[in-house]
Amino acid sequence: MKWVEVIVSFILTLSFLSFPSCGFQSDELLVDDEEFGLEGAPQHRSPEPIPTRSPPVTSPTRKRHSDLDSDSKIQFSLDHAFGDSDFSPAGTFSARLKTWSHGGQNLLESDDFYRIRLPSNVLSPPGRDFIISSVKARCLPRESLDEHFVIHMEGVNVLAVNYGSPGSCPYPRNLKLPAKWSFSSHTVLKNSEQAPRAPVFTEEILGGENAEGEVVQPAERSFWAKYWMYLIPLGLIVMNAITQAMNMPEEQATGQVPAQGQPSAGAVQRGPSSAVRRR
Amino acid sequence: MAIRSFFLFILFFSSSLSPVFSLYEDQVGLMDWHQQYIGKVKQAVFSSQRAGRKRVVVSTEENVIASLDLRHGEIFWRHLLGADDVIDGIDIGLGKYVITLSSGGSILRSWNLPDGQMVWESSLQGPKHSKSFLLVPTNLKFDKDNVLVVFSNGRLHAISCIDGEVLWKKDFEAESFEVQQVIQPPGSDLIYVVGFAASYQFEMYQINAKNGELLKHESASFSSGFSGEVSLVSTETVVALDSTGSILLTISFQDGKISSQQTPISNLVEDSLGPAVIIPSSVSGIFAIKTDAVTVFIRVIGEGKLEVVEKTTHEIAVSDALSISEDQQAFALIQHASSEIHLTVKLAHDWDGNLLKESVKMDWQRGLVHKVFINNYIRTDRSYGFRVLIVMEDHSLLLLQQGEIVWSREDGLASIIDVTTSELPVERNGVSVAKVEHNLFEWLKGHMLKLKGTLMLASPEDMAAIQSMRLKSSEKSKMTRDHNGFRKLLIVLTRAGKLFALHTGDGRIVWSHLLRSLHKSEACQSPIGLNLYQWQVPHHHAMDENPSVLVVSRCGPSSDTPGVLSFVDTYTGKELSSLSLDHAVVQVIPLPYTDSTEQRLHLLINADKHAHLYPKTSEALSIFKREFLNIYWYSVEDQNGIIKGHALKCKCTGEVADEFCFDTRDLWSVVFPSESEKIVATVTRKLNEVVHTQAKVVADQDVMYKYISRNLLFVATVAPKGSGEIGSVTPEESWLVAYLIDTVTGRILHRVTHHGSQGPVHAVFSENWVVYHYFNLRAHRYEMSVIEIYDQSRADNKDVWKLVLGKHNLTSPISLFSRPEVITKSQSYFFTHSLKAIAVTSTAKGITSKQLLLGTIGDQVLALDKRFLDPRRTVNPTQAEKEEGIIPLTDSLPIIPQSYVTHALRVEGLRGIITVPAKLESTTLVFAHGVDLFFTQLAPSRTYDSLTEDFSYALLLITIVALVAAIFVTWRLSERKELQEKWR
Repeated sequence: MKWVEVIVSFILTLSFLSFPSCGFQSDELLVDDEEFGLEGAPQHRSPEPIPTRSPPVTSPTRKRHSDLDSDSKIQFSLDHAFGDSDFSPAGTFSARLKTWSHGGQNLLESDDFYRIRLPSNVLSPPGRDFIISSVKARCLPRESLDEHFVIHMEGVNVLAVNYGSPGSCPYPRNLKLPAKWSFSSHTVLKNSEQAPRAPVFTEEILGGENAEGEVVQPAERSFWAKYWMYLIPLGLIVMNAITQAMNMPEEQATGQVPAQGQPSAGAVQRGPSSAVRRR
Repeated sequence: MAIRSFFLFILFFSSSLSPVFSLYEDQVGLMDWHQQYIGKVKQAVFSSQRAGRKRVVVSTEENVIASLDLRHGEIFWRHLLGADDVIDGIDIGLGKYVITLSSGGSILRSWNLPDGQMVWESSLQGPKHSKSFLLVPTNLKFDKDNVLVVFSNGRLHAISCIDGEVLWKKDFEAESFEVQQVIQPPGSDLIYVVGFAASYQFEMYQINAKNGELLKHESASFSSGFSGEVSLVSTETVVALDSTGSILLTISFQDGKISSQQTPISNLVEDSLGPAVIIPSSVSGIFAIKTDAVTVFIRVIGEGKLEVVEKTTHEIAVSDALSISEDQQAFALIQHASSEIHLTVKLAHDWDGNLLKESVKMDWQRGLVHKVFINNYIRTDRSYGFRVLIVMEDHSLLLLQQGEIVWSREDGLASIIDVTTSELPVERNGVSVAKVEHNLFEWLKGHMLKLKGTLMLASPEDMAAIQSMRLKSSEKSKMTRDHNGFRKLLIVLTRAGKLFALHTGDGRIVWSHLLRSLHKSEACQSPIGLNLYQWQVPHHHAMDENPSVLVVSRCGPSSDTPGVLSFVDTYTGKELSSLSLDHAVVQVIPLPYTDSTEQRLHLLINADKHAHLYPKTSEALSIFKREFLNIYWYSVEDQNGIIKGHALKCKCTGEVADEFCFDTRDLWSVVFPSESEKIVATVTRKLNEVVHTQAKVVADQDVMYKYISRNLLFVATVAPKGSGEIGSVTPEESWLVAYLIDTVTGRILHRVTHHGSQGPVHAVFSENWVVYHYFNLRAHRYEMSVIEIYDQSRADNKDVWKLVLGKHNLTSPISLFSRPEVITKSQSYFFTHSLKAIAVTSTAKGITSKQLLLGTIGDQVLALDKRFLDPRRTVNPTQAEKEEGIIPLTDSLPIIPQSYVTHALRVEGLRGIITVPAKLESTTLVFAHGVDLFFTQLAPSRTYDSLTEDFSYALLLITIVALVAAIFVTWRLSERKELQEKWR
């Protein structure tokens, strides 16, 4: 269980780094994939480059931090390279003191890759191999050099680091020099998600008959609700039939009425044709 | 947009009306064809039965046992053993059982010769691994029971031929003993087991065949050691080579006494070059050795004296001995001469006299003769006749008799490595085309027959005529391009290094070509074909060129041996050119750029991570320079568990200036922890896949944008412990992690763990989704999962006003260096079958809904609608979702028997499924290959854009004529009536 503690404390350090001047630190963020430096909260962001290599001092977590200091192994170094140059240390991860001023401008002009690397194992760096990530240099400059890390972890191992600008980097990358040649970092730690389980419908299979019965019962509606569309026309027909039956005796009484009606209808129909003939 | 979504809706609707793809009985064979093969023959045994049909039983490198008709080469029956059940030996026992020894000598089976039913199976264990031998002595009896002698795993068994029971067994446990031969001299009750111990000691065991008792054990040591195989020259003499390959050792063990003689090869052959090897054969008195250039036949005369009988520089193949009478043995010898092969049959003791000498014309495309099997028969004039079965370099099997090829089988097609397709020539006046229709009368007659069929007036004879007419339709096998794009050439590369072009209409071989570059040569010892790529696909401005394919191969099994490229014209099958590279080929990247002759640019990565550009023309270089900064690729190191991304850097900085060579650099890497994850599957999208629309309209008038990137990689890793067989680990120590990785920046876009799951993982990637299949140890069932990935950065483009005013980002270029805003949806389902392959249908425009094609363990192809694997399925879909076509969620995927694409057929040994879009949007072409080949057309949403093939045009015509006539008649009638009215 020792390493779990180490991890927790390691995560904590990381979170401190990204919030160097922030007093309050929520523990909840550690387990979530939330960002530590949200863009929606600019007042939290440090306008200055992250000041020191030493861990930031915050009162609620100081004690844990001193624990962490005693175990210096979990601090890993961050190396960077300009284009094709070799990797040079950029400081431990906790503090990026190095600035870009000595090679950055050339890099921005040529829009080459800015590469970083991390050890793949935080307990015994560099682990099996270094984890490399890179971004086109012109993606980084904003006010200062804004960078965004997503570190994918598996136990003490770092699987991959996604490095880039915190926002978008639209394609025609224009040359823009930052106001400050220092980094402001945002870091997210990610662990693997659990896959959703395949749905299991065993309950239904076990009590199949009951379940079916239950399904049928709510479907049972009143007779009227089910058959109203048949009943209404039926009713109309019946009513019609009744009125017809009521009229019947009257018709019999005045037998000539329908006989008169027919020729009159015929006259109406023939009307236009006679008109044609007259033309 | 609205029209599109409406169209999609119609599609969904129509597909939901007919969710099942199925076939009527009389449609079998109309669109599909099926071909059965067996693979390269390893061993052949002729059935010596007097009565009944002549047959030959063969075992092959594809682990097939088959009984073939000796007259026509057809398959009577065939069994495909498992991939790890390699056949070591076959024979015929008692004239009616086929005996097979397989799995490194641990499984012995007996099959009934006439029908191929299995009679018995016994499992043979032993103390250690060894060579295995199967002997079927003709006269060794044991209580009226014929006995099989099997040596396997360091143990000698005598097994009853009737029921497979082990009668006795004898262990050879000496640590270093390596068995070389097991001999049972006919007419005696002895078995000799000879072999080497500690590589310099010759050991001979004499065993009583009745009870397995060890009668004698002798050994003799030879300081010079041994190398290679031994050749048996008589029942009590073997010939071996010493460790330098320059001295022949003739060892005889008559009466249990070992005596030996050493003869340097240089004494026999003056100009011997380099070390020799013995060609394994079993002709008594004669053996053959082969040096680099020469093959020498040597006769053993009496007490270990050797005499050279023939020396030849031709390629040669020798058969085993065939005893034709009590004391006479015959064997066949095949020699190559320019375009012919010479077959000679000789008696073993009489080298100079030939029983038979024939010359047969042989197609160069078949290469060299690899194996010869001889069989005799009695001619009409009561003399002996001989027929030989030969296995060629291209794995084809031929029967020669009376100087002719009686039949041939193209069994190279049983081992396909890679498949690509090519269009056929456009129909033009100059192009010779199979005649279209015979004449108008025939055409009309055909349609009248069809009409009769439709109106159910046809007699059974008419029905048969209609059916045969449909099957033989000349339309489908023409050699020109058709309007619907159904006719294509399937270009396949086989393991033998031969290219075949198969016509999709009827599966016939249009041309075949044994690649010269894959021929064994001094520079290239054991060339292996790797992949096929489309090199040149002419359209637009290069219409007159023939299309060509690129065959990439390398000179040996390891990946750092130099590569060979060859370019083959797909219309003619001619090898246009071939290049022997000075660098290895680790990875081939077809680039999405073509030059003015439509040649595709390819980037070849070698073992030192240098990139080489092909074709090597200045035009290609200038195109490449333009896109220099936009080329990214990745490499997967399975063994280390590392995935790396690369980009180009600059020109090679070597001593030789090569402007087509580039240095590369690593941009990103993902290192999987070796103690918890092991890569088992990596899948990307097909390069040529077409996606119709990025937007997906969901139920409540909402739009989701698919995250469509060509640079997505699906990776599946499992716990190293769980990479073995299913059930070898507990659910707690096994897990499977699925990743979606962007291959330009190395970002992990999605990562999900399935606890208690295990490989093997089969996956397919298409559009914005990936479907993968694995085993769930907790549920004890196979499972399939789907992950769909959607782009959130475009999700707010729903407002119509934004679209009207142009305030949307739909047309802005996407850069992968931006932080992606994606969401994923996933769901898992149980599935009954285990899989051998998985593919997805692809159509020309990508409009038609997709089906997954699953190669099941039963060697069939099952089509499953993608809608069953939709992560938005819920138990109770709303009305709107139902209208959209969402199926209520179930825990397992249905297997609908009608949706087997292969209907009643089986594609034995299924290895791969390839889908090719036709020009007709609704239709896709499916080619499944394994030991068998199967091809069909598939319409996942029915053929909504064309009339079916059996549509009755005559009925339509008659209806139209009748309608027109009716119009005229009624017109006349109404006119007359009107006139009468007017006159009234």
